[in-house]
Amino acid sequence: MLDKLNEIKKAALESLSFINDQAALEVWRVANVGRSSPLMQVFAEFGKLSKEQRPVIGAAANRVKVALESALEVKAQAVKNAALAKSLEEEKLDVTLPGRIVNIGRLHPSTQQLRHVLFILAEMGFQVYTSREVETDEYNFQLLNFPPHHPARDMQDSFYIEADPSTGSGRSEDNSILMRTHTSPGQIHAMREASATNPQNPPPIRIALPGMCFRYEQITARSEIQFNQVEGLAVGEGITFADLKGTLTDFVRRMFGAGARLRFRASYFPFTEPSAEVDVECFVCGGVGCQVCKNSGWLEILGCGMVHPTVLQNGGYDPRRYTGFAFGMGPERQLMLKNKINDIRYFWGNDVRFLEQF
Amino acid sequence: MKLPISWLKDFIDLDGLTVEDIARKLTLAGLEVDEILYAGLEMPTYKDGEKHEFKTNGIAWDKEKIVVAEIREVKAHPNADKLTLLDLFDGQQEQVVLTGAPNIFHLKGAGKLAKPIKVAYAKEGSTLYDGHAEGLQLMTLKRAKIRGVDSYSMACSEKELGITEEHEGIIILDDDAPVGMPLADYMGDAVLDISILPNMARNANVIGVARELAALTGHELKKPTIKFKTSGESVEDLVEIEIENSELNPRFVVGLIRDVEIKPSPYTIQRRLKLAGQRPINSIVDATNYAMIELGEPLHAFDYDVLKERAQKACAESKSKGAVEAKIKISTRAAKDGEKLTTLDGIERTLTSMHVLVWGEKGSLSLAGVMGGSESEVTDRTKNVLLEGAAWNFINIRRTAKQHNLPSEASFRFSRGVHPAMADQGVKRGLQYMAEWAGGVIAPGLVDEYPLKPKDPTVIVTPQDVKRLLGIELNVEEISALLTRLEFKCRITKHGLRVTAPPHRMDIAEGVIGLADVLEEVARSYGYDNIPTTTMSDALPPQAGNPVHEWEEHLRDLLVALGLQEVVTYRMTSPEREGRLAAGQRPETNESQHYVRVANPIAPERSVLRKSLLTSVLEIVEKNARVESIAMFEIGSIFEPNNNDSSTGSHRPDVLSGERGLLNEPRKLAIVMTGARIASAWDVKDSPAFDFFDMKGRIELLLSGLRLADISYTEADPSTNPKATHLHPGKAAEVKVNGQIVGLFGELYPLVKEKFEFGESAIIVAEFDLDLLRTLPPTHGIKSMPETPPIYEDIAVIVDDSVQASAVESLIRQTGAGTVTDVRLFDVYRGDQVGAGKKSLAYSLTYQSDKTMTDADAAAIRNRIVKRLEQAVGAKLRS
Ligand SMILES: [Zn+2]
Repeated sequence: MLDKLNEIKKAALESLSFINDQAALEVWRVANVGRSSPLMQVFAEFGKLSKEQRPVIGAAANRVKVALESALEVKAQAVKNAALAKSLEEEKLDVTLPGRIVNIGRLHPSTQQLRHVLFILAEMGFQVYTSREVETDEYNFQLLNFPPHHPARDMQDSFYIEADPSTGSGRSEDNSILMRTHTSPGQIHAMREASATNPQNPPPIRIALPGMCFRYEQITARSEIQFNQVEGLAVGEGITFADLKGTLTDFVRRMFGAGARLRFRASYFPFTEPSAEVDVECFVCGGVGCQVCKNSGWLEILGCGMVHPTVLQNGGYDPRRYTGFAFGMGPERQLMLKNKINDIRYFWGNDVRFLEQF
Repeated sequence: MKLPISWLKDFIDLDGLTVEDIARKLTLAGLEVDEILYAGLEMPTYKDGEKHEFKTNGIAWDKEKIVVAEIREVKAHPNADKLTLLDLFDGQQEQVVLTGAPNIFHLKGAGKLAKPIKVAYAKEGSTLYDGHAEGLQLMTLKRAKIRGVDSYSMACSEKELGITEEHEGIIILDDDAPVGMPLADYMGDAVLDISILPNMARNANVIGVARELAALTGHELKKPTIKFKTSGESVEDLVEIEIENSELNPRFVVGLIRDVEIKPSPYTIQRRLKLAGQRPINSIVDATNYAMIELGEPLHAFDYDVLKERAQKACAESKSKGAVEAKIKISTRAAKDGEKLTTLDGIERTLTSMHVLVWGEKGSLSLAGVMGGSESEVTDRTKNVLLEGAAWNFINIRRTAKQHNLPSEASFRFSRGVHPAMADQGVKRGLQYMAEWAGGVIAPGLVDEYPLKPKDPTVIVTPQDVKRLLGIELNVEEISALLTRLEFKCRITKHGLRVTAPPHRMDIAEGVIGLADVLEEVARSYGYDNIPTTTMSDALPPQAGNPVHEWEEHLRDLLVALGLQEVVTYRMTSPEREGRLAAGQRPETNESQHYVRVANPIAPERSVLRKSLLTSVLEIVEKNARVESIAMFEIGSIFEPNNNDSSTGSHRPDVLSGERGLLNEPRKLAIVMTGARIASAWDVKDSPAFDFFDMKGRIELLLSGLRLADISYTEADPSTNPKATHLHPGKAAEVKVNGQIVGLFGELYPLVKEKFEFGESAIIVAEFDLDLLRTLPPTHGIKSMPETPPIYEDIAVIVDDSVQASAVESLIRQTGAGTVTDVRLFDVYRGDQVGAGKKSLAYSLTYQSDKTMTDADAAAIRNRIVKRLEQAVGAKLRS
C-alpha cells in the first residue's frame, strides 16, 4: 500500500511538472486530489485496512495529500504569475502614440487678459464700470477737454455714425455720434452718476473701465480699427500724483513681476494734467535692447495722469476740493508684448490655430 | 522734429552731457526722443548685456582719419575722361585723390586754384558708408588701383558721411573750414528725432528744446542776439497792413530787405537744414526755414517787386479817385465761399469762409499759415524781399491743413498754436540771416499790425497746491526756482507765488485750470522721477458690483465649460455680408435702411454696424472651415438705430437704449457648432457630426447652469417667426423661459448654408437675447437628497410619429407628480416592430417619496401613467 502511495505521489508530481496553464491545472487537481482520484480512493478504502495498517497508511496518505496540495498551490501561483506576465506583455502600449483629446472651450485671449487686469485692479479696490460703445462727441471728446478742432483730436481719428440715413451727413467735430475712441466717456458717466447721488459731497470713486474702442485706421499688422482698453479712475479728496505713482507701481509689479523696473515720463492727454507715460523695462530682453522694444530697452505700457480740472468739473466734482488720477492700457498690446505677437490682426481674425494657444 | 545737437549748442552749453544724457532728460520731460541718428559724433558702444536706451543709427567719424582738407588743383586722369585727380592738402601732407564728382569737374585742368576748395577728406582705413551701394552699407577704405592710378583715400559725399542719401557730388565746405581739423570736431553731429506732443508745440524749435534743457540741467539759456544794420526808406512808409478779423489773425508783421543775391546758403547752414529734414533751396528761402526751426515762428517771403508792381497798377487805375502814392497794401480776411487760390504746389484750391487769405491788391497772396500762392513767391530773379511773420487762429489753420491735406512745417506749428509775440522776433531773425547769407540791406522798421495782444496769464500757486496735487513738499522759493528756469515770471506775495506765463506759451490758462497747467510745469521741472511713490490715503468708495458684467462673465465660464471657444469679432460689417443670412427667403424690403451706417467707413465691407451677432460668428467659422470640429460663441453688442418709437414696445430699461439720440446696443449671445462631435484620433475614425441635439443639450446645461427653471422648447416656424428664416424649418426651436422666448436655435437653412463656404457638415446655430435672459429670476436653494430608496423602472410606449416627446414627458410628470422624480428618455425606435407611422419612446422613471415605496406603489402609479397616456395621446404600452 505504501508503495502504491509512493507510486501515486511520484506519478502526480511528475505530471504536475508538465502543466503550465490554468485549465490543465484544474484537470490535474481533479485527477490527483479530486474526490475520485487514486489518492482519495486510498482514503475511501481505508475501512478495508487492518487496525495496525490504518495509522501507518493513514499518516502516509496524509503526507502524500499535503505534498500534492502544496505542490498544486506552488504550481497554481506559478501558472498565475506566468499568465499575468503573459497578459501584461500582450497589453503593452506604445506610450508614444498621441493622447485622445476632448473638445475644450477657451476664452478669447483678449477676454483672458481683460480678466487678468481687472482681477488685479479689483484687489486694489477698482470696481468694473462699463458703458456704451457708441457715444456722442460731447462725451467722447468735449467733456474730456478735447474742444472741437483741438489738435489733440489728431491723436484719435474717429469713426462717425451717419446721423440720418436720408441726409447721409453727420461727420463733424461739433455734435456728432461716433464709435468711442477710448473708454474715457465712462469716466464722465461714472462721475456724473456718483455726483448725482450727493451733489454737495460727491462720494469718492475708484473704478476700472474695460471695453472695446475704435479708431479710424487702416487694418495692418500694426494697426487695428478696434481694440480693448482698460482705464482706471480714482477721484477723492487728497489723491496726489505721488499716489498715482505708487498705485501704478504696485499694479505694474503685480502685472509684470515684483522686480519690474518702471519709469514715469512726461506726456500729454487732454483729460489729465500732469500726464505721464509709464514705461516698463523690456521683459523680452531685460533692457539690453531688442526688436520688441525697438532697441530702447523700455516698453510703453500705460498712459496716466491727474484728472484735468475741467473733467472733474464736468463730472460734478469741484476741482478745488477733489483731485483724482486716471490711467489706461491696452490688453491686446500687453498680450502682443508678452507673447511676441507681431500681427495685431490675429485678435479679431479668430483663427483657431491662434486661439488654441491661449 | 529732427534736431541736430550742434544747433542746440548754439543756445546752451551742453558740456559734460553725452548725446544719450540729453536724449534721456528730454524724453523724461515729455520730449520723447524716438531715435538718435549720429552724423559724425562719437557713438555710444554697448558691451554685451549692457542696457540700451535709444534706437540708434548712423556713423561716427574717426578723428584721425577723417579731416578737413583743401583741394589745390584739379587734374585730368591719364586714362579716364570722367575721373579727375585732386591735389589735396590734409593739413599734414599733400595727397592725390581720385574722384568722379561732377561738382568739381569744371575745374579740371584749370591749374592751381586761386582759392582752394575745402572738402571732407577720408584717409585710408576710414569707415564710411559705401556711396555706390543700395541703402546704407558700411565699408572701410582700402588701397586700390583704379585705371592705373593708386587710390587709397577720398573726398567724401554726404552719403558716405551719413548726412543725407546724396551721392551726386562731394561735399564742398565753407571757405573758413580749418584745414587739418578732424571733421568730427568741425561738424560732427547727432540728430535727435523728437515726438512733439500736441501741448508742447512751443518746443518744436531749437530754442524751445534748449529752454527745456536749461530747466532740466540748470545750465543757462543763451538767447540769440538779433542785431543788424538798416538803411534806406523805412518799410513802414512802403507797406500797410489791414486785418479784417483779429480773432483769425491777431498779428501781422512784415520787414523788408533790398538787393539780395539769390544763391546757395553756406554749407554749415545747408547741412543743419538737411539734418533737420529740410531741403535747402536758396539763401532767402533757407533763411525763412532756418529762422523758423530755430525760433518756431513760420515765415513767408514775398517778392517785393511783384507786390509793388501790383500796387502801382492799382494806383494807376484809381488815380481818378485821387490816390497819389503806390503804397503796398496787404490785408487778411476770411475767404469767400467758392473763392479760388492756386497754391505754390500748383494746385487750384476752392476755399470757404473757414480759410484765411493774405491778400494784396489784385489777388490773393497765400493761404494764411498753410501755403503761399505761386504768383508772389521768391524766384531766382528776386531782388527785394518782403518777409511776413504772423499769428493765426490755430483751429482755422488745423482745419485748413486737414481739409486740403497740406501738412507743412508751417501748418504743423500754426495748427498747434504759435504765440503772437514770436512774430516780430521771427521776422527780425529771418532778415538778419538773409543779410548774412544773401547780402542785401535791411530797411529800417517793421510794419507791425497787432490788434489782438494776448494777456500773459497769471496764476497764484501755493505750497499747499503743490502738496495737494503732486504730493511733494516745496516752499515758495523752490517753486519759484523751478518755474523761473522755464521763463515764468514769479513774484512772492502774501497769497502765494504769483506766476506769469512767458510770452511764448499758449498752453497756460488762468484760475483752477491754469493752476493745473502750472503745477504740471512744476512737476516736469522737478522731475517725475523725483516724486515719491505713496499709497492712496483717501476713503475707499462705497462698494458696488457690476451685475451685468459679472453675469456675462459667469455666462462665459459656463459656455467654456461646455466646450465652446470664445471669439471676438468686428463691430463693422456690411448689409451684403449680413444679407447672406436672409438667402433663400423673400427679399427683405429695404432691409439696409435699418442699419446704423458709418459715415466714414474704411472699406465698403465695413460700412455699417452689425445687426446680427450670429453672422459675425458664422464668418469666423467659415474662415476656420478646415478645422474638423468647431464649437464657438461670442457675447457682444449689436447696434440698432434708435427710432424713439414707443409703439414697438422695445423700451426696456436694462438695454443700453438710445438716450440722447444714441443707438440701442442690445447684448447677444451667438453659438455655432459644426463638424465632428469629437476630434478624430488615431484609433477613432469617424465621429458623428454635431447635430441639433448637441446644441440643445448644451443649451439645457447652460440654462440649468444659470439656474433657470420653467424652460420649454417649441418648434420655430419660419413662416410665422421672421427671426427664424435662416433656420431649417424642420430643425428649429424656440427656447422659452417662463413662457418668454429668450433664444432661437437649429440647423442652418440649406440655402443659407450655400452662401457661405462651409464644409459638408450641418451648421448648428443658436442666438440668445442676453438683456432678457439676464433679467429672468433664477431659482434659489437646492433640493435636499431624499433618505428613502428610489425605485427605478423602464417603460416604453408606442405613439403616433406626430406626437412630440415633450408632450409624453410632461404627461408622465403631471400624472406622477410627487412620486416620479425623474423621467429620462433613453430610446426612440421606429420600425417593423411598432408599425408604420408609429414610434416607441422608452423612458426610465425614478419613483421616490418621503416614505419608502414598494413595487406595488410604483406599479399603481405606472398604471395611472399608462392610462393617462392612452387617453391623451393614444399611447400603447409596449410589452
Ligand atoms: Zn527689448
